[in-house]
Amino acid sequence: MKKEINFVLNGNSVSIEVEPNEKLLDVLRDKVGVKSPKYGCGRGECGSCTVLLNGKSIRSCITLAIEVDGQEITTLEGLQKDGITPLQKSFIEHNAFQCGFCAPGMTMTATELLNKDPHPDEEEIREAIAGNLCRCTGYDTIVKAILDVAEKK
Amino acid sequence: MKNFDYAKPTSLSEAASLYAEYKDKARLLLGGTDLIVMLNDGVITPDMVIDLKGIDELKRLEVKDGFLHIGAAVTFNELIDSELVKKDFPVIWESARTVASTGVRNRATLVGNICSAVPSADSAPSLLIREALVTVVNTEGEKDVPIVEFFKGPRKTVLKPGDIVKELKVPVISQRFGGSYVKLGRYDGEDLAQTGVATLALEDKTYRVAFCAVAPTPVRATEVEEFLKGKDITDEVIEEAIPIALKAISPISDVRASKEYRLHASGVIFKRSLKAAVSRMNGNGPAYGTRLV
Ligand code: FES
Ligand code: FES
Repeated sequence: MKKEINFVLNGNSVSIEVEPNEKLLDVLRDKVGVKSPKYGCGRGECGSCTVLLNGKSIRSCITLAIEVDGQEITTLEGLQKDGITPLQKSFIEHNAFQCGFCAPGMTMTATELLNKDPHPDEEEIREAIAGNLCRCTGYDTIVKAILDVAEKK
Repeated sequence: MKNFDYAKPTSLSEAASLYAEYKDKARLLLGGTDLIVMLNDGVITPDMVIDLKGIDELKRLEVKDGFLHIGAAVTFNELIDSELVKKDFPVIWESARTVASTGVRNRATLVGNICSAVPSADSAPSLLIREALVTVVNTEGEKDVPIVEFFKGPRKTVLKPGDIVKELKVPVISQRFGGSYVKLGRYDGEDLAQTGVATLALEDKTYRVAFCAVAPTPVRATEVEEFLKGKDITDEVIEEAIPIALKAISPISDVRASKEYRLHASGVIFKRSLKAAVSRMNGNGPAYGTRLV
């Protein structure tokens, strides 16, 4: 029972046919070709598939594509449409990532945080990214990079 | 994942008739943080998934007629962002903050959390001590179920196929009170509780206590409430109260903790929670949301 859904992806409207059981992550990656959200755990636990739904971070691996009909989705591709953001610059300056697998999800979550509260303290940053797992860095460089933009804002 | 039909009704009556038609062949979808994992794992294979997020009245979050109404579609982050909830329902607010992580809380709902009825449901103890009512709707009508009667076992509730939880109704408390929810987990972020306790201290020297993750369902510890009634909370009273409180629970060993550890830790967090509740009532406790373990 395929159904056509329409949503705004990174500022552009998308119409696509989906089955009810297709997950947003798979549709974004395999059908639309947006590759920044990553498949980590597939069960909502690691945050590597994080995208913004109407500005709020969600797990695209446990969201049905059909649920975003009429909604707005932002991925890393959308964030950096006009060049990388101050947050991304800070990640680079701090050498915040190693393998980078967690980076897109981490960036989306930190972006949501900074949109909501431009000056979070370290504890608020750690709390916000608690659901984004990074197996390489130990988080310190990531937290410092976010703190740095928060202080400069 | 097996395929299914998907419907997004815009009224509760429409949803109720659809659910009545499909009964146990249908599942309700709110945040999906539990449901979609189960669909994925093939644990459930419904023919129909009914998405309730198109129903405006389920987004209700307001105080009216002596109750806080928390609609089924209200997410944990919406509760956390509500000044009203923070001020007058601080233990619900505090427990909502301990649920998973922000990317999950943007979708997961309080009602969905209690309908999933996992023993470790963080939100359950705070609802038990606030004596919330669960408003259940089906094609026959509407009724309120006290939360203490709602949970029937791990992942089991009184709900039958066809029943939709419309909202939670949490009574406003008019006297001075303080409370706390303390969760012990292995780490912050996604972890489930090893044990969790909510306590409430009221001006009239009555107390309320409830646990999660240490019995087949979240439980209210009424015996220790009786014991504490009328008493001032001193260190001696708490020490005496701990074994009585622990009578209410029957923890098991699993990957997150052993039974013995859970029993011991439950006593420790009960003590910290009750002390914080009393000091918050008296206006000199740690701010709500402060970590107590
Ligand atoms: S892949 Fe979605 S949370 Fe891990
Ligand atoms: S940099 Fe490798 S997982 Fe984070």
